[in-house]
Formats: sequence, C-alpha cells, structure tokens
Amino acid sequence: MTEHIVLRHRDIERIDQLEVYLENGGFRAFESIVRKKSPEQVIDIVKKSGLRGRGGAGFPTGVKWSFLTPDVYPRYVVANADESEPGTFKDREIMERNPFQFLEGVAICAYAAQAEVAYIYCRAEFWDLTLELDRKIEQLKEGGLLGKKLFGSDFSLEMYTHLGAGAYICGEETALLESLEGKLGQPRLRPPFPAAEGLYGKPTVVNNVETLTNLPLIIDRGVDWYRKIGTEKSTGTKVFSVSGNIELPGNYELPLGTTFRELIFEHAGGIPNGHAIKAILPAGASAPILPASDEVLDTKMDYESVPEVGSSLGSASIIVIDETVDIAWVESKITDFFEHESCGKCTPCRDGTYWMKHIFERIMDDTAQAHEIDLLHTVGIGIQGKCLCALGDFAALAVTTAVERFRPDFDLHVQGKSSKAA
Amino acid sequence: MLAENYTQEIEAILAKYPSDQKRSAVMPLLFLAQREYGTLTNEAITEVGELIGLQTTEVASLVGFYSLYHDRPGGKYRIQVCTDLPCALKGAQAFADELCEKLDIEMGETTPDGQVTIEQVMCLAACDRAPLFQLQGPNGFRYHEDQSIGSAMALIESLRVRGQVDRAHRLTAS
Ligand SMILES: Cc1cc2nc3c(=O)[nH]c(=O)nc-3n(C[C@H](O)[C@H](O)[C@H](O)COP(=O)(O)O)c2cc1C
Ligand code: SF4
Ligand code: FES
Repeated sequence: MTEHIVLRHRDIERIDQLEVYLENGGFRAFESIVRKKSPEQVIDIVKKSGLRGRGGAGFPTGVKWSFLTPDVYPRYVVANADESEPGTFKDREIMERNPFQFLEGVAICAYAAQAEVAYIYCRAEFWDLTLELDRKIEQLKEGGLLGKKLFGSDFSLEMYTHLGAGAYICGEETALLESLEGKLGQPRLRPPFPAAEGLYGKPTVVNNVETLTNLPLIIDRGVDWYRKIGTEKSTGTKVFSVSGNIELPGNYELPLGTTFRELIFEHAGGIPNGHAIKAILPAGASAPILPASDEVLDTKMDYESVPEVGSSLGSASIIVIDETVDIAWVESKITDFFEHESCGKCTPCRDGTYWMKHIFERIMDDTAQAHEIDLLHTVGIGIQGKCLCALGDFAALAVTTAVERFRPDFDLHVQGKSSKAA
Repeated sequence: MLAENYTQEIEAILAKYPSDQKRSAVMPLLFLAQREYGTLTNEAITEVGELIGLQTTEVASLVGFYSLYHDRPGGKYRIQVCTDLPCALKGAQAFADELCEKLDIEMGETTPDGQVTIEQVMCLAACDRAPLFQLQGPNGFRYHEDQSIGSAMALIESLRVRGQVDRAHRLTAS
C-alpha cells in the first residue's frame, strides 16, 4: 500500500500542526457535512462505506449510530482511547502523530449522532498525550472549528478529555461509561445498550480512536474510494500492531484482508535469530492462540477469515511467538493478566481466573499432577458463557484453546521437564 | 487544602461535566489530591469527597479499584516496568529483575531514601519499544522506552539527587 488513511503522518510531515492539517484538506469533511448534509445522510454514508469498529468487535459503525434512541437529548459521543489490550499500541501513535484527524473524526461522529458534547476517555498513562490533546482542542476552538453554532449552523460542539486511572476493564464500553460517571469501572448489564441509555442514561455512541480517525477521509473522498480498499465485507485498512519475536516491531497500516504471512515476513521483517515461527496471537490476549501453520499464515486478516481458522481479529494486535517459546508459559502470562484485570463483578470470571492462575503456578514450577491440565481445561469451559462481559470468555478461551492446540507444551511440565529448559 | 490551593484547577475540572453530574470529577480530583499529598490518605479522600458531595467510603472504594491511585506511602517516584507478555518476549522480566538487583530492593519495594519505588505493570501500549517503564511522579506519567540498565540507573540517580536537593531546600527554608 502506498498511501496511509489513518497513519497519514507517515506521508505528510508535521500533520500534527493545525496549519499543516488544514493545508491538507483538514476539517473540509466536517465543515461540508455541517453545512450541507443531514445527520441521517452522514450515517448513511458511513453505513455504505462498510466501516467496522476497530476496537475489537468489528461492529458496523453506521449501523451502531442508527440505533440511537430517536428524539432523546442530550446525547453524547465518547472516544475510547483506553488502549490497554496487550500488544496494542496503535491509538497512541494515531493521537500523538495525527491528532487533528482523530479530533475531526470525533467531530463528524458527534454531528451524525447530534451530540453537542464529546468526551475522549484516555488511559492515565497517556498523560502527556492527553495534555497535548487539550491544547489541540483549545486551538480548534480558537479557529472556530469547535464551539457554538459552527459554520453558521445551529450545531454546537464541545470536546473534553478524561483520564482513567489504571484498569484494563475500562476499555469495555459500559465499564468506561461507569468510570466516566465517577464510579467503579465495572460493566453494565445489557440491554440497554449505550445507544439507548449510555452516559448519564442518555443515548451515547462509543467508538474506538482508529474507527473515528477513518471518518474524515471517508466523507471527503467518498464511499466508492473507500470500498476499493480491503475486502467486500471488511472494507478499508487496519493498523496492525506487531510485537513479540519479530524483527521489526511496530504499527503497519495495510488493507484488511492482507495475509499474516505478508504482514509478518514481508513488512515486519520475519523472525529474528534464524528461528522459526511457532504461534500467533492475532488479537493480543483476547483471542485464541493460533499455531503458525501454512494454512494460518495464508489466512487473510479480516473479520470473516480469522474466525474460520479458530480465532478472531479483535483489535489486530499481532503477537508473534517463535519456536523457542513454551506455550504453557505464554498462557500463564495471559492468565496472570486476566486474573489481575478481572473487575470482580461476576463469580465465574473472578474465581475462575484466580483458580486457573493457581493451577498455572503449579504447572510452571513443574509440581502439577497430570490431571491438572485437564482440570485447567475444565475450569476454562466452566467459565465460558457465564460472564457479564467478554473478559471472562476471553480469559477462558485463551486457556482452553491453548491446551487443545499445544498440549505437548503442557505435558512436558507434568513429566517434570519444560520445553523451555529442554 | 485543595479548595484554596487549586481553585482554578478544580473549577476547570468541574466545568467539563454537566452541573448535575459532579461525581464525574472524582477521578481527576483524586489525581490532583495525589499530586498535592503524595499518598491518598483518609483525610485526602474525605476532602475530595467533600468537594463533590460523596461519602468517604465511596471515594475510598474507587481508590482501591484503580491501580494508579495510591493509598499507601511509596517512593516519590514510581518506576513501573512493563513485564506483560509482548515485553516479556523481549526480555523485560530479566530487565526488571536486574534493575531490582542494582537497586538492592525487591519488586514492589522503595529505596531506603524514600525516592523510588519499583513496580511491575501490565501492557503500557508501547510494546514495540521494550524494555520500557513509565515513571509516575507527582505531576503525572512519563514514558521511558527502549531502556537499558545503564539508562534506567542514570535516570534513577538523577531523581535521587533531585530528591536530596528538594529536601535540602525544605530544611533551609524551615
Ligand atoms: C475487556 C474489554 C476490553 C476492551 N478494551 C477496549 C479498548 O481498550 N479500546 C477500545 O477501543 N475498545 C475496547 N473494547 C471494546 C469496546 O467495548 C467497544 O466495543 C468499542 O470501544 C466500540 O468501538 P468500535 O465500534 O469503534 O470498535 C474492549 C472490550 C472488552 C470486552
Ligand atoms: S466477566 Fe469479569 S471483567 Fe467482565 S464483568 Fe464479569 S468479573 Fe468483571
Ligand atoms: S506489553 Fe509492555 S508495553 Fe505492551
């Protein structure tokens, strides 16, 4: 791919400066919709573009907006900038390097949703970045691009940043809304969905940073242009964060439908030290681990194809694992993560992750009995489908699929020697 | 007192939220209190609660839930090394262990001069720059990426020197 849609700072120097962003067509899309299009028309464009949420679930963005309860105001838009999935580091690059395109995306979403207040929920670690966003928002107000009665219309818009305080679960949209309301970041029972009752009980749209950053170019260049990129059902590009045992870790913006093989071996330089690739985590900790077979490597990274080989694309944080790594150890790290981040609201998730963590401790110091590997699997099965939010299922699926797909790595521990030591 | 010393900051925080939704301000106010007092003591928590009409116990439960609020004293600075899976694949655990060894403290402990606490944390959204840590200080967080033991120790030294200078200032001022 020659041109970036989201990581446009890689093509245009200093695009993080307002004058440079404006010179390159910045805010043309927002101004044109506020002047000439109804919110319904904007929702229709986004539906037709095929844009799907980049935060994990891949839900069609325009469809989600059309679920807003009619005639209830005020409404809110919340940008999900909590980015905490292990292996994901794309939203941070977008907001640091191409901030105005992100902010314009938030503005377009707010107009479509007829929300006059938008919040940007950033994880607290993005402290400096958030202060910088505050300055950029101030600049937009001074430039008449945010504020009251924009471009002579009746539409007004204010934007505010809000910092989290260290809790992965606040990336889940209803936990995020609770947190923004000043409460414990624990997911809500759904329905009602945020589009019906979101922030302060009002209709609310929550979208990921990358999703929003796609909007200005979709509006500006049109649906036909956008749909030419990617696949029929997964349109556009995706920013793939690549980490782990890889020569050139980093973000790669490529069309949806690019194969794992092309990403890992052509773009990211392959596996270091002459090692072979063993496994891939396609969505950080939150999707089943895949053995790096030829079939998997030739799979297209889009929302339909990855499930066909037994995982999902999620936020597309590709963690690459080489042949020297013990998959039991990988899963013990993932289980530590989920046990630490479980919000504790429901028992299967809270107690199940705790139990799995303890079994893993025994497996990792080679004191577990052979049947405990099956026990681990059973506990994982027991958690699935019984949780309030997806975290519990992610935690359980990670373990059950790894035991099924990489059993020899687990067995080595109960026979008294791990593959790492071997 | 926060209300007197940070009048403008508090006003700016409250202005972000609808006037009947002051509770939303609790998280930024807790960061403000942490900046002022270092540790979120019971008194600090009560004070934040009073600013927005929340019970001490309600605010305290938030402090317990979110990992970047600290209700127990630690170092003035916290070095939070990411040892989550992607970083661990790049040797972050060995880096964290060696740092502890150099400082002669265990993970989670504070240097005897009270300046630096070392902690392990989950993914910081910078996995392509391992090993790395963030530095939590009174005025927020800063990333330190692509670290070596040498660069980390140099930073820690400079923080400790700064701490001694601060203390000397306070002594001469009092
Ligand atoms: C446990 C959990 C953590 C999540 N973390 C994030 C996150 O850090 N960032 C994000 O954008 N979405 C995250 N999501 C997905 C959000 O709930 C939500 O689907 C997303 O923000 C919607 O935006 P999108 O449609 O633009 O993707 C998470 C979901 C779950 C279940
Ligand atoms: S599944 Fe886990 S993280 Fe989700 S609500 Fe239940 S306890 Fe909390
Ligand atoms: S795993 Fe360390 S920054 Fe992501």
